Amino acid sequence: MRWLFFWLLVRPVVLIGLGRNVRHRERLPAGGPAIVAANHNSHLDTMVLMTLLPSRLLPKVRPVAAADYFLRTRLLAWFALRIVGIIPIERRPAAAAGEPSPSPAPPAGGERRADVLAGVEAALARGDIVILFPEGSRGEPERLSDFKSGVARLAERCPAVPVIPVFLHGLGKALPRGSALPVPFFCDVFVGEPLTWQGDRKAYVEELRRRMDELAAEGRFAAWT
Amino acid sequence: MTGWVARAAAAVEHVSPVVAWALGAIFAILLTATAAVWVLGRLRPEADWTELRQRVRTWWVMAAVFALALLLSRRVSLAFFAFVSFLALKEYLSLIPTRRADRSVLLWAYLAIPLQYLWIDMRWYGMFIIFIPVYAFLLLPMRMVLIGETEGFLRAAGTLHWGLMATVFSVSHVAFLLVLPQDLNPHGGGPGLVLYLVFLTQFNDVAQYLWGRTLGRHKVIPRVSPGKTVEGLLGGLITTVALAWLLAPWLTPLTAGEALVAGVVIGLGGFIGDVVISALKRDLGIKDSGTLLPGHGGILDRIDSLSYTAPLFFHLFWYLHGPLVTRLWDR
Repeated sequence: MRWLFFWLLVRPVVLIGLGRNVRHRERLPAGGPAIVAANHNSHLDTMVLMTLLPSRLLPKVRPVAAADYFLRTRLLAWFALRIVGIIPIERRPAAAAGEPSPSPAPPAGGERRADVLAGVEAALARGDIVILFPEGSRGEPERLSDFKSGVARLAERCPAVPVIPVFLHGLGKALPRGSALPVPFFCDVFVGEPLTWQGDRKAYVEELRRRMDELAAEGRFAAWT
Repeated sequence: MTGWVARAAAAVEHVSPVVAWALGAIFAILLTATAAVWVLGRLRPEADWTELRQRVRTWWVMAAVFALALLLSRRVSLAFFAFVSFLALKEYLSLIPTRRADRSVLLWAYLAIPLQYLWIDMRWYGMFIIFIPVYAFLLLPMRMVLIGETEGFLRAAGTLHWGLMATVFSVSHVAFLLVLPQDLNPHGGGPGLVLYLVFLTQFNDVAQYLWGRTLGRHKVIPRVSPGKTVEGLLGGLITTVALAWLLAPWLTPLTAGEALVAGVVIGLGGFIGDVVISALKRDLGIKDSGTLLPGHGGILDRIDSLSYTAPLFFHLFWYLHGPLVTRLWDR
């Protein structure tokens, strides 16, 4: 089923309906475990990232997605888990606002957070390629919002796993949040150098953000207002 | 599967020998180009030939797809040109500034593509020739007004229509040559005219480039395209006019004099189309319009000259043979 979905829907939509301009394709992981960290503008982001990796890796590709959104209904949950193959994680709406400050969390909270990433960690242990959106949500189309610390906590727990930053542009124009009408646009995909764990969460998130801004600066994008 | 093969074989049999020979000649030229690049690589191994190699390899792919589209059937050929229009319009709309409010308007603009090629399939010349310049021109701004966003309205309406004209209306003129009556051009038919136009346009590009590289000294329009020289333009133009005259008796019903005019139109028109798209890219601050065709850039980089030569050649042809075409259709 996943295979059919990929070849009959994802690939035609991405390759014919949209079209990609890929830079530094050789920096993509040749196998797992790896984390692909991309900016998030659209539901199409995951589809495009799936087509970037060789199709023999498809069974290993696992997008991390919000449980509160994708497990809302049984049908959506079935589609997200079985067909797209997501790893559901719990978003914490309360913490989302003031994330960057490392607040002294109570032990119970710390343990709960540990559980949040357990599914992703298990997937990486199996050698999967995990697609992650450090912004945490799609936000305003074609605008980079602040990164959450989840990616850093994951890197801390799996220091041997490379994190590959990927900058996407154009998909927010093609299918922004709040719209059900896809419009064909070419998208740009700029792949960055892999990032490794350096020992500090805050510095790690800042470094990832800096790399993402650098990748974004490689392109020259027309205004979209 | 075997049904498909049989149908393909039957379709190929319908292609006139002249067209088959012309396609063969194109592949012979590509073979020569591949050999030349190989020799250059051997003679000067220290230089970087990657881009030239890529460019020739992409020419092979483009020629193969084009040949296949032309050989299979008329419908397949029309679908091919519609797809080229789609890719070009998509590339254009991805490059220029657009408004978020206009997303649905862009979808309507895309809808113009199947319709425009449908008119061609119906041989409805009257609709084909006014659909985008008149109806799309009137309807798309109306759709924008219904959305109600007035900031940047003129820029949005103007750029959208310019894009439709360049990528859909212009390119569709190549396709219209395919539905002209066979009796008009007994040995080459529609495909013969398409080959004549497309081959001369692309060859003109290459000839201008080669003449410019070997003899070029005086720049034509340094502010828009610093690589273009007077020598390249004239050398290319003379080569194209000579080829236009030479090929006309095989692929077209044009007389020698008409062929010379067609050669000038294609040579000059190709140059202007090229620099117009160059000016557009310079305005947007980009070098290539995309990465779809390795070594060439994007699809707009390849069809830039065709967006001028196609309507110019078509309307020259229509001026000369249009009345006969309508008479043959009525019969």
